Amino acid sequence: MSLIRHVTAPLIDQNPVTLQILGICSALAVTTSLATALTMSIALTVVLVASATVISLIRHHIPSAIRLIVQITIIASMVIVIDEVLQAYAFAISQRLSIFVGLIVTNCLVLGRAEAFAMRNPVLPSALDGLGNGLGYSLILLIVGTIREFFGAGTLFGHAVVTTVAEGGWFQPLGLMQLAPSAFFIIGLLVWAIRGLRPEQVETPEYTLQKQEAQR
Amino acid sequence: MDEPQNFWQRFLARPNDDRVKTVGIAVIVAFVCAVVVATTSVMLKPLQDAHLEAERAARMEAMLDTLPGMRAVMEEAGVTALDMRMVDLAEGWFTDEIDPAGYDAIEAASNPETSIAIPAEADVAGIGRRETHAPVYLLQRDGELMLLVLPMRAAGYQSTITTMLALEPDLRTVAALTVTGHGETPGIGARIADPAFAARWPGKQVADDTGEIIIEVVRAQASGPYEVDAVSGATRSSNAIGSMLTFWLGDLGYGPFLDRLEQESL
Repeated sequence: MSLIRHVTAPLIDQNPVTLQILGICSALAVTTSLATALTMSIALTVVLVASATVISLIRHHIPSAIRLIVQITIIASMVIVIDEVLQAYAFAISQRLSIFVGLIVTNCLVLGRAEAFAMRNPVLPSALDGLGNGLGYSLILLIVGTIREFFGAGTLFGHAVVTTVAEGGWFQPLGLMQLAPSAFFIIGLLVWAIRGLRPEQVETPEYTLQKQEAQR
Repeated sequence: MDEPQNFWQRFLARPNDDRVKTVGIAVIVAFVCAVVVATTSVMLKPLQDAHLEAERAARMEAMLDTLPGMRAVMEEAGVTALDMRMVDLAEGWFTDEIDPAGYDAIEAASNPETSIAIPAEADVAGIGRRETHAPVYLLQRDGELMLLVLPMRAAGYQSTITTMLALEPDLRTVAALTVTGHGETPGIGARIADPAFAARWPGKQVADDTGEIIIEVVRAQASGPYEVDAVSGATRSSNAIGSMLTFWLGDLGYGPFLDRLEQESL
């Protein structure tokens, strides 16, 4: 039962994107369409599960002095492998994702889970934790991707859902949705909505403004 | 038989902050990762190359489609694709020594035997070395040149940009310029590959009447046949294309070949 928690907790309660605000850069970059968001989600989830498993396997033998280097080496190798596989079997998508697959290496989410969880836990919970976090990240990416592709182009997975004005329909695509800032707005609204429903996620303010005293 | 296992166990049993173990783990991890990465890369290379080749062909097709009337000319000439020929860049003429099919210009440029080093002051395109032979694509009708396509490349903002330049029979007028490959910043430099940028090229003149290459990519409003507007916000990627033309159409690039082609007929 507690094992299942590793998978379900990061979906909403411990969501890496909306609660921990990790992996934002790629979340902005690849969510212009659902297809790229989905590919990126799968790639990241695979890397996360695989790296968590390997790092957890050898965790007792990683010298703490070089632990970050060892973790990054393992993660980077997996990312390169994934990137190569995408280029070989999903060429068109890999062209659209361009450097962002490679940048999974620098995604704080992967290193964060390796350092915070896989280094201290057995293989199975680590793999499940990786899976859960990958799915949590995927969930947000897919939500943002759906909103951005639908409002930005009137399509979902490249299939026209509504007819745009350019094609003689009524739907005026919202150009902003295809630009990175819109992802900030959507993720921001998501964070707001989730924290509205789960007030326990709201962080305590680090400092509060002092009430201004009436002047003179 | 027991020795290595004991050795291994003894190694693992060492405390984690032990110097031997630290170095040992680093070496082992690096080695295993290197083997995995290298194996994948080598195994998947043929598949990836096939994709790149298909994409290059598709881009060539797409470029031909943008040229008005080019399809009709091809149909008249009875060909479905352009004629691919190797050019000896120093000689400035065609050669049959190398088979153009499967020729990899980048690989040739990295091999000292099939490339020359470009003097730093002449290396405006920032590519370091240039292959001795380059493939060019021709379309001819009744022995007359109708279109000449030259592959080129230059260092962009963060990647090597490869393009194909299609020239009209006068060898001065740009028929089309298409970016065939790059790894520039998505959404910024990557816009050099957009049709909007490609649309700025047809009709531009690469050289003036004396034959000097004076075409330029400019930041402000382009005026006249020798200037092309840069992609706004992507000045360095755009400028790379300008310097690419300066270099590749110049003396160290296709210059001698173009000069000779102008004087002699095919």
